[in-house]
Amino acid sequence: MTLDLMLQKYPASSEYLIEALRDYQTAKIDHCVTEMEIVKIAKYFNVTESKVCSVVSFYSFLSEKPKGKYVIRICRDVPCFVNKSESILKTLETRLGIKPGETTTDGLFSLEFTGCLGQCDHAPAIRINEKTYVDLTPDKVKAILSEYREEKS
Amino acid sequence: MIEKKIISKRFDKIDPYSIADYIATGGYKPLIKAMTGERIDILSEVEKSRLRGRGGAGFPVAIKMMALAKEAASVKYIVCNADEGEPGNFKDRAIMEKDPHSILEGMIITAYATRATKGYIYIRCEYDKSIEIMRHAVDEARKNHFLGLKIDKIDFDFDIEIRLGAGSYVCGEEFALLESIEGKTGRTRVKPPFPTSVGLFGKPTEINNVETFANIPVIVDMGGDEFAKIGTKSSTGTKLLSLSGNVNNKGVYEIPFGIPIKTVIDELGGGVPDSRALKMVQLGGACGPIIPRYLLDMIIDFDRFDEFESKTGSGAIIVMDDRWDIFDILLRNVDFFKHESCGKCAPCREGHNQLARLLRKFTDRKATVKDLISIESLARVMHQTSLCGLGQTSPTSIISTLRYFREDYIDRLESLEV
Repeated sequence: MTLDLMLQKYPASSEYLIEALRDYQTAKIDHCVTEMEIVKIAKYFNVTESKVCSVVSFYSFLSEKPKGKYVIRICRDVPCFVNKSESILKTLETRLGIKPGETTTDGLFSLEFTGCLGQCDHAPAIRINEKTYVDLTPDKVKAILSEYREEKS
Repeated sequence: MIEKKIISKRFDKIDPYSIADYIATGGYKPLIKAMTGERIDILSEVEKSRLRGRGGAGFPVAIKMMALAKEAASVKYIVCNADEGEPGNFKDRAIMEKDPHSILEGMIITAYATRATKGYIYIRCEYDKSIEIMRHAVDEARKNHFLGLKIDKIDFDFDIEIRLGAGSYVCGEEFALLESIEGKTGRTRVKPPFPTSVGLFGKPTEINNVETFANIPVIVDMGGDEFAKIGTKSSTGTKLLSLSGNVNNKGVYEIPFGIPIKTVIDELGGGVPDSRALKMVQLGGACGPIIPRYLLDMIIDFDRFDEFESKTGSGAIIVMDDRWDIFDILLRNVDFFKHESCGKCAPCREGHNQLARLLRKFTDRKATVKDLISIESLARVMHQTSLCGLGQTSPTSIISTLRYFREDYIDRLESLEV
């Protein structure tokens, strides 16, 4: 979806800035908003570019930095931690060869921490783009990663 | 049977996508009763029920409702806080995914009683399924004339818009949430004025938690006096609990207030797995106290929780067995709040950095007596001087462990010299 088309979905009122940004980034392959796009968005909502930047840097799901096609977010809070989320993190790090905050060199995966996903009754949990995975074990994580890799090829 | 299913009575029994199922099980009857039939005084029923907010702080709901009703503004808002981000809480997700219309009905009744003109539901964007179900429910309610113009043919217009977060815990704080709906960064405002006088877009606004709204149709249906007979003197009604951690049956359970925590863990949770010993329990979420085994006879009750000076009343119970080190748990809590602090006030912005630095000295067994004194006083200062609930409650796990697990801190000191 082009930026113009996406913007038309929202009334040109600054209260829709956050949702428009999130919508657009969700659809983009690198899940980020560029400087040029910020200029355009600011103009559409009639706000300053610095306001758009401050919103983008404030919310965890918005970014100015390009990310992988699949953003893997792992919960590191206590209910997941006491259900062995560390083993899930370790599996992800080993399999992907990256640490949280990094992106694989092929641009396929980014790894990030996230706040509680509200899936504590099925801990540990991760999120890949818009999909949540629960009741994880290292083996399940390996299988999930393979699925995503196959999807690419 | 210690469960009492009032709010969760339709869970897994109706199709959440079917308004017909909701109506067939008595849904929207309280709304019609309140608006047309017996013309009961909603405000006085809620007052008699002594309902307290279910988001954690336990503020009397009737006070907010009456404050909003008194405002003469032509535009007034009702906001449902569905930004459930406190680690260990997932009961609002359960209501949204299993009985969405109960929330809408509570909002519509509240709007009618206070003459509010528009409602917002702010849902965190991570809750995909909740969002889908709530959107569908709003559409269905509109088609059936429970939302929109001239609701149920009387002279009352009210509609609801769903708004989504973008990954920010602090947006669950009421003023930060309003800022976020307005399209801004989620930074709290200085109060007073309170939202019921100057809220969303500067208009009078009442903000309640998901579960609080779901209680309103129940109160209208059974009457405030009957409702107040459930639970304890200070905490009426039932509470949805989010039970998680090292426990056999994790999940959402509904109990009347007054049940001991231990009974919940043993009877509903089925105890700790792998025959391990329970070491500690965190109440309310990451911002709540961590208590030892010998305090588990404590009943679930807002007044009983008051001694922790935190927002313990959201109903999260996180069980931890004897494998876990207190400092690993504390560091996770503090790192979470450090990331989620909005940065507006210094005690919270700087405080979490310093708490994390001091805690790491304890995990590394490099702490001194001076560090112990510093962490204690810093936690207190943050609690007393932070601008919003985040910084005021985030040190609770430290304050409580300094009280109940002090020997663990002493054990980690490099030396006992002052």
